[in-house]
This record gives sequence, C-alpha cells and structure tokens, in this order.
Amino acid sequence: MRRSFKASNLYLWLVFVVLYAPILYLAYYSFNSGETMHGFEGFTWQWYREVFADTRLLIILLNTIVIALFSSAISTILGVIGAIAIHKLRKLPNQNALLSLNNVLIVSPDVIIGASFLILFTMLGIKLGFASVLISHIAFSVPIVVIMVLPKLKEMSPTLLDAARDLGATEWDVLSKVMLPFIKSGIFAGFFMALTYSLDDFAVTFFVTGNGFTTLSVEIYSRARQGVSLQINALSTLIFLFTLALVVGYYAISRRGQAAGSGARRKDRNVDWGLPNK
Amino acid sequence: MRPAAEAQAQGRTLPRSRNIYLVPYLLWMVLFVFAPILLIVYDSLFDVEGAFTFANYAHFFTPVYMKMTFSSFWYAFLITAFSLLVGYPAAYLLTKTKHKQLWLLLLILPSWINLLLKTYAFIGLFGTYGAANAILETIGIGRRQILFTDFSFVFVSVYIFIPFMILPVFNALEELNPSLIDASRDLGASPWTTFRRVIFPLTLNGVKSGCQAVFIPALSLFMITRLIAGSRIITLGTAIEQHFLVTQDWGMGATIAVFLIIAMAIIMVLTGTRSRLRR
Repeated sequence: MRRSFKASNLYLWLVFVVLYAPILYLAYYSFNSGETMHGFEGFTWQWYREVFADTRLLIILLNTIVIALFSSAISTILGVIGAIAIHKLRKLPNQNALLSLNNVLIVSPDVIIGASFLILFTMLGIKLGFASVLISHIAFSVPIVVIMVLPKLKEMSPTLLDAARDLGATEWDVLSKVMLPFIKSGIFAGFFMALTYSLDDFAVTFFVTGNGFTTLSVEIYSRARQGVSLQINALSTLIFLFTLALVVGYYAISRRGQAAGSGARRKDRNVDWGLPNK
Repeated sequence: MRPAAEAQAQGRTLPRSRNIYLVPYLLWMVLFVFAPILLIVYDSLFDVEGAFTFANYAHFFTPVYMKMTFSSFWYAFLITAFSLLVGYPAAYLLTKTKHKQLWLLLLILPSWINLLLKTYAFIGLFGTYGAANAILETIGIGRRQILFTDFSFVFVSVYIFIPFMILPVFNALEELNPSLIDASRDLGASPWTTFRRVIFPLTLNGVKSGCQAVFIPALSLFMITRLIAGSRIITLGTAIEQHFLVTQDWGMGATIAVFLIIAMAIIMVLTGTRSRLRR
C-alpha cells in the first residue's frame, strides 16, 4: 500500500512538472542576455526595460485592461439580470430551454463566435475596433456570469422574498436589500470569471479587431509568428505573475466568503473553479 | 405564468409575475446568439462576388475539404484520447492525496495562463537548439526536427487541454460513493475489475464532459496549428480563419463553420449531459 502511494505521488509530480516546465522555461530565458531561448549567456534586465520603454506595447496593455474591466462590469450587470430572468420563470422546461440557449456561447468554439460576430458587425455597420471588441467580450461573458449567479439564486429560499414583501418592501428594495446581498458571492465570482475570460481571449478578438486596435493576446500572436523575441518572454513572465496574483487573490477572497457562509455552500464549491475555456 | 385569477387575488404581487428581467436578457440573446448563427448560415449561401449559390456546399464535399475535415477529426480524436489517458490517472490519484484541493489548484492553475504564452514557450522548448533537443542529444538520440511535426502539435494541444479533462473527472470521482469500492473489494473483485466494472462506469459522466471540453476546441483551434504545426496541419478552425481573414472568401468560411456547428451539436448529443460551464 505504502509503495503504491509513493508511485502515485510520483505520477502527479510528473504531471505537475510537465505543466509548469514550459512556463518556467519561458521566464528563465527572459533574463538571458543572449537573443534566443537556448544557451543562457548571462543575466540581464534588458528585456524588461525594453517592455516598459515600448509605448506602443503599454498602450496595448492599457487597451486590454480597459476592455477587460468594462466588459466584465457590463456583462456582470447583464448576467445578473439574465440569471434573475431565468430564475423567475415558473415552468422548469422554460428555464431549461433558456439555460441551453445561454450555454450556446459557452460551448461554441471561439472561431465560430469570432466569425459570426465579424459578419454581424459588418452587417450592422459597426466599425471594427474598440467597440466591436468590447461588445464581443461582453457577449461571451454574459452567459458565464449567468452560470455563476444562478446556483446562488436557487439556494435562496423564496420565503425570504415573501417576507420582505410582507414587511412592505418595494420590488426595488427586495432586489437591492435582499436578493443582491444574498447572491453577492456569485456575482463576484461571475465578475472575476468574465475578467479572466476577457484577459485570456485571443481568437474572438483576433476576428473582430480592426487595424488600429490591438489587445495583448493578438499582439503576442503576431510577434510570436515572427519567431522568438525575448521581449515576449519578459512580457509573458509579467503576465504570468499578474495572473498568479489574481488567482491567489480570488482564492483567498472566496475562501473567506466560504468561511463566513454556511456549510450548505460546500457542495457547490467546485462551481467556483470554472476555467477559461480557451 | 400563474393563472390570472390567482394573481388578481394576491393583488400586490401582480407585477412580480411579469418578468421584466426577461426583456433585456432575451433581446441580448436574440442579438448575440440567434442572429450570429443565422448570419453564418445566410452567408454560407453566397459566393465571393455576393451571388446566391449552393456552390460552397458542393465545394465542401470535394476530396480536398473532405480530407481536411477527416484529418481535423482524427487529430481532435488523438488529442482527446491522450488527454484522457494522462488526465484520468492524474484525477484518480488526485483524489487519493492528502491535500487534494491544493493539488487540484496547482494542476489547474496553468489553464488560467494565457494560451498564447504557453504555446509560445513551446516554440523555444521544441526549437532546433531548445531544451527538448538538448535532452534528446544527451540520451544519445540526437537532434531532430520537433517543431512543425504532428507530434509537437498533438503534444502541445494535450498539454493545453489536460486541466479541462482533469477537472470534470476529478469532480465525478469525488462524487463517487467510496463504500461501493469497498463493496466491490469485499466481493472479491481485483483492483482492475473494480476499476473497470465500478469506478469507470460511475465516472463516465465526468469523462464525457471532459471529452466534450477537449474535443470541440481541438477541432477548432487555429493558433496552435499556426504557431506549432506551421501550415502542415489544417483543422476546421484554421480553414475558417483562413477563409475569413486571409482569402476573404466569407461564404466558404461560413460553410465550414456551418459544418463545425453541426459537428459540435452532434458531439454534445453524443456526450449526453447538458453542458455546464467547463469546470
């Protein structure tokens, strides 16, 4: 028994090492004073200095962050509205039908979303650029927020809302003082998910972005197609550290929320582990 | 909706039964779910000059496109099979570890990292003088071309999709009642029989959603093929991207997209369970 336990740990360690090796390899060579991702010549901060001196890159970074924040904020609002709409439907078949519709964009491959939105924007006459990228990011984030918020709504006892109404609360009071505080953790998870999806997206943006507007993913793609440049390594390392901080922060906050919440929430803890699906 | 009489009896709650939240949400869904899919179908019926035609569909059934579709499915199948082969044992062993939530976090953390960065790392790793070739040389096999081969494409894809396979399988294993395994052992089943007859069938739903989460993107990814496989491998996704953004033949691109949507629908029906967020 003891031996098999060790062997099992070995396998997990192997998977772990393989999963992280490429990222660490990338980060390691970002300090290489040579020009390539092999043969480490000497330590240097040169590539990081170049990243921070590259105004064009910094503007792209700003674009990416602005798109991510705006799209996740707007999609959180729309997603909460959508989740409440689905929750309020009386008939279960209707709920399921709407939920399947909601999931279409989640399972759709990025290429399909990208291509169809490109046709849509062209037809509507929306200029490709900031607006088209923002709208598409909102579009693919809304269903994710709905999925994150809906379980919280289901957890909420309907008597809670009836009690609020009996005590004379208006519809707005019920929404803002009872419902929204109750589903707060779901809303937060949805916002975070939308944020990571937006930061992570490449394929959809690649389709709907015009000539003048670029996000980080698209920029990295076009640079990577030209071959290795250690500036990308430096940039990647920074993004990796940023992602790490974001996930750890999210993990800490959601843990705190769980500790404060009731034991009943443990069941759907895994729901909070939604992943970027790219 | 509840009967009108009942709603009237309750008077004050009447506005509640009018679901005003439905209006903006449905509008949004119509504009960004229905309309785009309809537009894809619509566009597939026009040629480059904008004339109505079924030629795109006829074109799709020529050997060139059939071969591409077949190879795209074959690669997606390989990627899914290898992901399952590596992911299932990992998920199984994960449930046996002491700090399984921490291990799980560690194993799925890479999936949060931008896909392009991970793909880019392999350009360095698999390069002619990269780490992979250095290892091959030290163990005496010698340098060889790794980048722009089928192997590198499948390897990198499996690398990227592994967490999406581990997570649903892990969740299914966690839901498995351990007393069933004890019962199987008590009744004299060998570990292999227990796995084959008890554990695997009971976690089949997790396996199915894992396969769905891997197979559909594997059919449609285009950046990995472009960066890792060069122009050697053309998947359905690569072909769509090519038609929309390079050759500007939207009609043909939309036609391939229609078939990709059909394939996706079939896979979702085959893998049964209604898809949740890929967790």
